[in-house]
Amino acid sequence: MPDATGLELLANELRDAGDDAVLDTVFFRGQATLLVQPGAVPAVLAFLRGWGYNFLASLHGVDYFPEEPRLGVHYEMLDMRNVDRISVKTRVHTEAPEVPSVVADWPTANHQEREVYDMFGVVFEGHPDLRRILMPEDYEGHPQRRDFPMGGEPVLFTHNTRNGPGWWDQS
Amino acid sequence: MEIVRSGGLGDPETFRSRQLTARQMLTGDLEGEDLEKFVEERVLATTLDKAVAWARGNAMFPLTFGLACCAIEMMSIVAARVDVARFGFEAFRASPRQADLLILSGRVSIKMAPVVRRIYDQMLEPKWVIAMGACSSSTGIFNNYAIVAADKFMPVDVHVPGCPPRPEALMHGILKLRNQIQLNPDQDWRTRYGGHGTEEVVLPGDRGA
Amino acid sequence: MTDLDAITRDVPYREREASIDISAFESQEGQEELLTLNFGPHHPATHGVLRLLTVLEGEVIRDIKPIIGYVHTGIEKTCEDKAYWKVIPVVERMDYLAYYFNAMAYCSAVEQLIGLEVPKRAQYLRVIHLELNRIMSHLVWLGTSCLDLGAISMFWYCFRDRESVLDLFEMSSGQRMHPRYIQVGGVFEDIPVGWADRVRRFCEEMPTRVDQYAALLDKNEIVVQRLRDVAVVPESTLLKLGVTGPLLRASGNPWDLRKAQPYSSYEDFAFQIPVGTIGDNYDRFRVRMQEMKESVKIIAQALDGLPEGPYITDDRKYALPPRHELATSMEALIHHFKLVTEGFRVPPGEVYAPIESPRGELGCFVRSDGSAKPARVHMRDPSFVNLQAIKVMCTDTYIADFIATLAMLDPVLGGIDR
Repeated sequence: MPDATGLELLANELRDAGDDAVLDTVFFRGQATLLVQPGAVPAVLAFLRGWGYNFLASLHGVDYFPEEPRLGVHYEMLDMRNVDRISVKTRVHTEAPEVPSVVADWPTANHQEREVYDMFGVVFEGHPDLRRILMPEDYEGHPQRRDFPMGGEPVLFTHNTRNGPGWWDQS
Repeated sequence: MEIVRSGGLGDPETFRSRQLTARQMLTGDLEGEDLEKFVEERVLATTLDKAVAWARGNAMFPLTFGLACCAIEMMSIVAARVDVARFGFEAFRASPRQADLLILSGRVSIKMAPVVRRIYDQMLEPKWVIAMGACSSSTGIFNNYAIVAADKFMPVDVHVPGCPPRPEALMHGILKLRNQIQLNPDQDWRTRYGGHGTEEVVLPGDRGA
Repeated sequence: MTDLDAITRDVPYREREASIDISAFESQEGQEELLTLNFGPHHPATHGVLRLLTVLEGEVIRDIKPIIGYVHTGIEKTCEDKAYWKVIPVVERMDYLAYYFNAMAYCSAVEQLIGLEVPKRAQYLRVIHLELNRIMSHLVWLGTSCLDLGAISMFWYCFRDRESVLDLFEMSSGQRMHPRYIQVGGVFEDIPVGWADRVRRFCEEMPTRVDQYAALLDKNEIVVQRLRDVAVVPESTLLKLGVTGPLLRASGNPWDLRKAQPYSSYEDFAFQIPVGTIGDNYDRFRVRMQEMKESVKIIAQALDGLPEGPYITDDRKYALPPRHELATSMEALIHHFKLVTEGFRVPPGEVYAPIESPRGELGCFVRSDGSAKPARVHMRDPSFVNLQAIKVMCTDTYIADFIATLAMLDPVLGGIDR
């Protein structure tokens, strides 16, 4: 992890380089995070690649319901040479959930972006094949959003068991 | 090292006389009443149905159908410690056409459920299903949008509880199923579960809707 | 008969299949007779319910498309509904061959969020169990891979050794698989008397066994012909695809989180990282075999250096107090009550904690909003990311090579689909 000062230096470099890409920096429990605008994500990741973070370890989504903007996408970057990690986080609203895809530069993002699309509904522009990956293709809804119902079946106890005839009782 | 024989062969005093009778049988010298008595003692008379059910139960071919964690314990019953080969069930077939026992080992997701059903339909009668583990019997610990219990869409004969069930537990379930088959050979699953009227007939003109 | 007509006309499953677009496959240049073959979700050689759409030209694979989701369990969503303590068994069932690792990643993340210190004895016990799990996972990999290659007797040998490891797990925690042994703050309970001796005996026998398997397989003509120089992928491609674990180490990159970012006292142990040279299937095979021997070394060192002390943190707000205290101490009773009913609360924050699982980097992202239930748990599963390499590895190879490559990739569908 870059320590707190290292993180601030990095953020300042980014701010000098780009235009309002970096919204905030967070240093929590020894882990550094950059909060960026959705549109600037590929540029920020490319910048970080220049700084040595050339491995995208994880790309995942988070639903910050009820805080807005609701849907977050996190990119965990790893620098293998200096053994450093940094996270890049971005947030979008449900109404405009577009984030530019980074598959072109980071091929590892292919399946992972599809999973974020499937589970949260974040549309990655420029993704070669944005389809559902874990749910059946004609499934409606994005299951891991916080307001999506858990589903499943109620556990049957004596108070809510049907006492009517079941399929075994066709007499 | 002393070899102790169990009492199954009769008592030792009559051993010599039985040995002599057997030798007479082999040389063809046993006749008349002695012959009839000899044969009666050794022949089991039963109906063809019961004999066929006995054979069927002792020669089940399970289908390789590992879905999740329970599949690893199912592989353990093929392994040496809990050896399913001593019962005759070690020939796991990959093709549903050749198998008659479907061991649903693992959680059935909603994407997989039609596949499971299709494979079950491709199996030939008589066929049986063991729902191994908690996830396939009920939804196990995952009571959510993605999992469905197996007996919602296909008939299940034996549920083996556990998460995952020990190989010995699965063996117990398989042997229970074997007893069921040997005693109550109602092979057609529709008869077993009152599922008549659910036949799907695809007429030649209707394909590819 | 009209009802039956309706049934036959209205089969959504067949329509659903039509949504997968294979027109891109069919419009490839230089096309001879291309056959699209579906290695369906039910297949003896795909390790689990993996579906692969392959485009074949004769026996050569021209394109391959993995389709997953057939064992998607909604684990991450289920975790949001359960208290932090109750998430551990749910998360354990994700990568079902490396269950201690799943729990370890999750507990590391939660401990980081809380800022909880894990006692040294608990760290050593965790390491012992993790390395035993690594050996067990590699044994299952070896058994099933050799089953795919046709060396069926290896299956029985490997599962016999797996039974020894499972006996050790059962002795320490009571369960063979998914034992919930690793808890937030330490381990569930201390090891019983005699366990250390049994593990030591296992450590003495295991290297001999691995040597026996190596003698059987390493220079075996069939194994060498099937695995040597097959599916070579350059290291840079693997890094771009996000591949970690033995696959990356086989291509020459010695990246191992146990050495690079040591967690849970791994820095106290001396062990080596097996690294391949060419990056073909044979290197992947040898790397994993050697990893088993290195794990045995780690376990032996951990047993020798096992310190005395508590097996779980003393902080009663996060770990249950010992039962004898409940009779005398009111605070212990209140803590017990609070932990068992609501569970502990975790200060709000987000943390990503990676560890080295048998398949690569297993990371756990936990977001907490201050309540007793996590707001988001995401497991970065190594097989999910490694599976993207199947296309690079298998294009322009024979089907038989593809089966061997899939075996060497070691995918575990529970982790891929979660």
